[in-house]
Amino acid sequence: MSKEQNKPDFFDKKENVDKIIKVFYVICALLVVADFIVHRHIYHDWENIPAFYAVYGFIGCVVLVLIAKLMRKVLMREEDYYDK
Amino acid sequence: MISSLPLLPPFLPLLIGSIAAILLRGHLRSVIMLLAPIWGALQLAAVEPGLYWAFEFMGYQLEPVRVDKLSLMFGYLFHLAAFIGVVYALHLKDTVQHVSALSYAASAVGAVFAGDLLTLFVFWELLAFTSVFLIWARRTDRAYSAGMRYILIKVLSGVLLLIGAIILINETGSAKFSEIGLGHEGVLNVGAWLIFLAFGIKCAFPFAHTWLTDSYPEATPTGTVFLASFTTKVAVYALARGFPGTELLVWIGVTMACFPIFYAVIENDLRRVLAYSMINQIGFMVVGIGIGTSLALNGAVAHAFNDVIFKGLLMMTMGAVLHMTGRINGSELGGLYKSMPKTTILCIVGAASISAFPLFSGFVSKSMIMSAAIEQGYDYIWLALLFAAAGVFHHAGIKIPYFAFFAHDSGIRTTEPPKNMLIAMTIAAALCVIIGTFPAQTVYALLPWDVVYQPYDLTHVLTQLQLLFFSALAFVWLNKKSMYPPELPSTNLDTDWLYRKLAPSFVVPAYYAITESMAKMESMAKSGIKRLIGNSYDQTKERPKGYFAQLWPTETMVLWVALLLACILLFYYL
Repeated sequence: MSKEQNKPDFFDKKENVDKIIKVFYVICALLVVADFIVHRHIYHDWENIPAFYAVYGFIGCVVLVLIAKLMRKVLMREEDYYDK
Repeated sequence: MISSLPLLPPFLPLLIGSIAAILLRGHLRSVIMLLAPIWGALQLAAVEPGLYWAFEFMGYQLEPVRVDKLSLMFGYLFHLAAFIGVVYALHLKDTVQHVSALSYAASAVGAVFAGDLLTLFVFWELLAFTSVFLIWARRTDRAYSAGMRYILIKVLSGVLLLIGAIILINETGSAKFSEIGLGHEGVLNVGAWLIFLAFGIKCAFPFAHTWLTDSYPEATPTGTVFLASFTTKVAVYALARGFPGTELLVWIGVTMACFPIFYAVIENDLRRVLAYSMINQIGFMVVGIGIGTSLALNGAVAHAFNDVIFKGLLMMTMGAVLHMTGRINGSELGGLYKSMPKTTILCIVGAASISAFPLFSGFVSKSMIMSAAIEQGYDYIWLALLFAAAGVFHHAGIKIPYFAFFAHDSGIRTTEPPKNMLIAMTIAAALCVIIGTFPAQTVYALLPWDVVYQPYDLTHVLTQLQLLFFSALAFVWLNKKSMYPPELPSTNLDTDWLYRKLAPSFVVPAYYAITESMAKMESMAKSGIKRLIGNSYDQTKERPKGYFAQLWPTETMVLWVALLLACILLFYYL
């Protein structure tokens, strides 16, 4: 393994990652702002809630992960569970 | 040029390719294997819709080849998938895998062009028997037993299909495979349900899904790419042909779309994560078939088309990781972007497609199913599908690339996979973008039902971006708060526990109890017979104890005969 390969890469530097995440936050904010500017078609009453999709996506994923974590308590076994 | 060639059954070019793979070696084999799917696809382009080679069998009309828009769409798809798969597997010298992969693709093509139930059954079973070698070719103990479970469940599905088909043919007098539906009377309904179940097993319905998550991750790196392309998509085709508009499918489909994403979040084997996400994607298709409007059915088959390509691409990238590092568990990987930058980018394209980012292929087909659901008033179904769409981004879109290529650096340093693998992945990635950007000229042009649909409008793009970006935000937030479940070496229990642990814990003791009691009975019977013999046989004198059973010298016999003759003489004179 050469030294070249071991030098800190782009994503190893914390400031780079922080920059990317900041850009990401800005895009998220812009998407919410756009929700109030753009007149989107409403196919269903629920969609009238401001930023419905953003809120639903965020809450949905947090709930997904938290439930999945709980599932681990019940369902998780050691790796070679079936091989024994 | 094509029209001057004799017309062959659609599955034959691929089959010829697989025979060539048995006989030939080296570059010639590679060329023939690459040409086989191209030749097959060109044949399809030349063929007119209609029935071919129909014949009478035991008084029933069999239609081994039926060409219409629905079968053509899947026909093209399978040839495309076979081509990409062959390119991906070109570096292999393993003849078993090449032969198995091409004959498996040929069986899939045969199944979607089957016009009657008996032909369908034949290809249905061939699908199972040709594909299992892709699992066994991994040549590990785990792969061997996973393959055995796979083939057992597949044969069960085939048997159900055969019984259902016989009942249906008997009751209706026709072997034709067309719309079946579920609301029949009496025996006919039993037949319809059996066929429904047979399709359901192959389609990985809940509780019947574990063959998929069990066996696909155990197959070879290249084998899984083929496996992910054909079996379940044939089942989706069969459901779209046989049970469109069956409302039960909406509920089954939404279950399939939702439950696997929970498993995918906590699963460690990244190819098993993709297997769970496959069930999730098939769930969308099944919902579309269940809704049954032209838009929904179009959405279902379009999504099947796109899924083969983007799921194939993701499976290929993970296969490349497994091929190069020998590892596939999220807990052991990370930081691979440094040594596999091209694979990383290709994986991200696949992830964007499965997550349905605008301009990527998933967007143009998933949105059709969502629109159809809301149009038909399936409010809660729509809400659940939206949750599943956010979830799929979470596990397939973020988790797969993140834990394989980024996350913490695992220290693994490798190189890009072989050129042929990179080319196959590039073809698939290019298709994802082309289909996503120009749906009207590509996948929409093949759709079987007539309906105009425009996926790109401001509302659609904005809402989808909001959904996806905020799902990603949830990931970032959970990670920053260290609430995201880490990748752990583990096995998660699923319904296969029932037949891999529970049933054996009953069946194995029961088996021993039965064999032991049988052995006991046998020894008891033997000792009983011995006692019987001992009672009537004198061991010391070595002769039977019974008077008449004793051995007599010949003289006694002569004496008795003489005596008897004397008696007769006496009687004669009396």
